[in-house]
Order: sequence, then C-alpha cells, then structure tokens
Amino acid sequence: MDLFLQQTVNAFALGGTYALLALGLAMVFSTMGLINFAHGELMTIAGYILMACGLAGVPFAFSILLAIAAAVLAAVVMERIAFRPVRNASGATMLVTSFAVSMILQVLFQNFISARSQAVLVPEILSESVRFGGLVIGVNKIAAIATTIVMLIFLDRFMKHHRIGIAMRAAAEDFSVARLMGIRANTVIAGAFALSGFLAGVAAVLWVSQRASVDPLMGFTPVLKAFIAAILGGLGSLRGAVAGGFLLGFIEIYLAAYLPAGMQEFRDPIALCLVVLVLIFRPNGLIPSPALKAEKV
Amino acid sequence: MSALLSVQSLQVQYGAVQAVRGIDLDVHEGEIIALLGANGAGKSSTLNALVGLAPASGGKIVFSGQDVTGSAPERFTSLGMTLSPEGRRVFGTLSVQENLLMGAYSMRDKAAVKAAWERVFDLFPILQERREQFAGTLSGGQQQMLAVGRALMSNPRLLLLDEPSLGLAPKIVEQIFELITVLRKQGVTLMVVEQNVSMALEIADRGYVMASGRIAASGTAAELRDSETLQAAYLGAE
Repeated sequence: MDLFLQQTVNAFALGGTYALLALGLAMVFSTMGLINFAHGELMTIAGYILMACGLAGVPFAFSILLAIAAAVLAAVVMERIAFRPVRNASGATMLVTSFAVSMILQVLFQNFISARSQAVLVPEILSESVRFGGLVIGVNKIAAIATTIVMLIFLDRFMKHHRIGIAMRAAAEDFSVARLMGIRANTVIAGAFALSGFLAGVAAVLWVSQRASVDPLMGFTPVLKAFIAAILGGLGSLRGAVAGGFLLGFIEIYLAAYLPAGMQEFRDPIALCLVVLVLIFRPNGLIPSPALKAEKV
Repeated sequence: MSALLSVQSLQVQYGAVQAVRGIDLDVHEGEIIALLGANGAGKSSTLNALVGLAPASGGKIVFSGQDVTGSAPERFTSLGMTLSPEGRRVFGTLSVQENLLMGAYSMRDKAAVKAAWERVFDLFPILQERREQFAGTLSGGQQQMLAVGRALMSNPRLLLLDEPSLGLAPKIVEQIFELITVLRKQGVTLMVVEQNVSMALEIADRGYVMASGRIAASGTAAELRDSETLQAAYLGAE
C-alpha cells in the first residue's frame, strides 16, 4: 500500500509536468493549427538560463524567474521570426518549420554551449525528502505537484475571466468570426505562444530540479511525451491536454513500479499500446476539442 | 448626400472561381438594403469581402469616407461596420455573456459598453435570462438573436446580416424581420442578405439583385417587387 501511494505521488509529479507541456502545445495548436516541436527547445533554453544563473551565483528563486521569462521571450520571438511567415500555410509546412527551428536551436546549443550535459546548481532542499507516516516524499516532487496545481488554477482563471483568455477560446473555436469581433489575430497567436513559453519555462524548472543537469536535447523527450499526452487528451483541447498528461504520467509510473523486472525494457512500447487502446475507444481523445465538434456539425 | 458605404467594381475570386464579377452598390445612412439573389449568386462573398473576410481581387470599398479595401477583418468593428455571418456562428463553447463580451472586444469606452449591454438585453431579454448558458445549447432562434446581439455590442453604424432567417421557424422569422425595423429606428443602417425575398422587400427601402456575381437589377423595394428581373435572377437567366 505504501509503495502504491508513493508511486501515486510520483505519478502526479510526472503527470503534472506532462500536463503543463501538453497544455502549451494545445494552446498553440488550438489557435493556429501548429504542432510546435520546438516547444522542447523552450525548455532547454530555460534550463541553460538556470545553469548560467547557478554559475553566476544568482539566488535560485530569482533564477527561476529569469528562466521562465527567457522561455516566454523565446516563444514570442520564435513566433515572430519563424511561424508568422508561414501562418497561413498548411499544417505540414508549419510542422516542418517547427522541426527546423528545433534542430537549429539544438545545433546552436551544441556548438555554443556544449554537446555534453552540464550540471545545474539546484538548492539542496530540493533533494531532501519529507516523511508522511510511512511515505517518504521528495521535496522536489511536492514542489512539482504544488506548482502544477497553482499553474492549472491560474490558467483556468485566465482562460475564463481575462478578456484575452476568452478571446483565445473564441479564436480556437472560430478564428474568422473572432477576427470579425475585432480580436486581432496577432494578439491571440502571440498570446498563445507567450503562455506556452511560460508553461514550458515552468516545466523546465520542474524538470531540471529533478535532474540537476541540462543538455542540448533535454527538451526532446518530455515534449514528445507531452505530444502523446495532447493526442491522448484530444489535440487542441486544453482540458484534454491536462487529462492526457496526467494519464500518461500514471501509466508510465505504474508500469515502472509494477511491471516485472524482465519486462521493464518494454515499458515504453507497453505504455504506447495503452495509449493506442484508449484512442481506439475514444478516437478524438479523452476530451475532444470543441473546434473538432464544430466542424462536424 | 454621400453614401455611408460605397462599393465600386468589387471583385472576389477564390482560386479559379470568380464569385463576384465587378459590382457597384451604395448604402446611405438610415437605409435598409436587401441583397437578393439565388444560391451562389455571390451575395455572401460580397458581404464577406466588405469586412475583409474574403479577398477583394479588384475594386474599391469606401466606408464612411475611408478607403477600407483590403483591410484586415479585425479593423471593421472599430470603424463601425459589423457582419453577423451566415449560419450564426456563435461561439458554442462560450457562454452567452462571453459571446456578447467578445462582440464588444474592440470598444474601449466603458460607458458605451454598458449602454451596449443594456440595449442588447433590452432587445433580447432571453439572452439576459440565459447569459450563463453555453451558446451551443441555445435553440436556433436564440442563437440567431445572440449572433445579432453580439454584432450590436460594437455599436455598429452599418450592420450586415447574412441570411438571418435561414432555418428558423416562421414565428421566429417574423421576430427577426421586426427586429430589423426596430434597429433602423435606433439609427442602425442595415444591409441584409435574404432568401425570403417577399419579406425582405417588405421591410427594405432599396434592393440589389445579384445573379452569377453581377448586379442583375436594383431599385426601390416597390420597383423590385414588380420587376420581372427579380424572377429571372432567381431562375438563373440574365
């Protein structure tokens, strides 16, 4: 029972990070139909800022802010330089553009920083753990879960009550009519990128806090997982992205905990099979995107 | 008297298809203009081109003395021209209130926004009753009211209505036409695309009849009612 609870906490921590990343992907996808594979590099940029701040002796709390700000800035710049020119192009063109951005950034990291993994100075408190009855929970796990909750509440508030949040939902459902209302396409799209950068920055801080290192390919795996989570939840659906992120986190952690030792090698394929199984029964994902429904009517 | 909206040799092209082949029309302050014609005559393309949703491949659009040809759609609400699009297209996953809020998105003046809320709730008490409800759960007639209400939130001088009565029950259709005359009394100029020709000509001052992307006939509503061109336009003859 203790093992189960322990793993559940781990699943929440991992799933929460996936959820934040998947939300960022879903926001950009729902406003402009772009699957942004360069989302991972936003994480990596935030990771390198944490590394640089650590070397420069900047207090950790302050370096978190700088790292997140850098991810937001990078996301907005990315949209302005790379994605705005192809905004009206096909989904495939935008996807390839995002691969190009991702690769260019990876090469830049490799050549100008280092191809090898760099240590990031993380406060020691994060590697300590707290005892709750029979449970031993890492402070970094608690921080990850708490951060995820705060972020989800913040985003929910923003999308429900802020006029730009409401405009983003309107634009996700019907972009032309949103523009007719005077909602500027650039505001909505740059807003979606800024928020996705914010989420990627937060996810990067959580990710790096668990690993205390950063390398040029750091963002690739988590964003690939987040992409799977976004599809599992229903591509373009924000609630779906959160549900998909948590479900994928749970699947991965429980498989790691309960799969027999001899089968651990097949953990990822088994996890993907489970994802496919869910999609067979719910082809549009757990919580399908409203835009998808609108098209069918 | 200079026109509120003046369109000169407007053309709209989608790829190889020319939907509008050079039309001229004028709308004066305070008028109700009916834009009539069979399916595919180019009426919706014309309205969409007026607000920048469809690309004008030629011609000139002047609204309130400003050349607005080729402007982005988001500019028009603040200029005072709004389209309530065909098929209503309310934001189904947003509440009624949020839909209306989006209609007022371009308005900066708080007092004007407040007046717009009052006016819309006054015209459509049902929207106030259902303001928390998702727009997607409203009936067709209520959605149409919401679409018009949303367009009114920006306080337009010229309101373009694309097929406002399409697919609605006769009783609701009557309400919609009555609404159009009420709006005119409130000082809104209207251009209405309608398939219900007789009712449209009953409330309109003037009308234009389109056929295959051209203006086939125009005149006062009374003239058009008696004209044979109108029938010809619907039968597809030129």
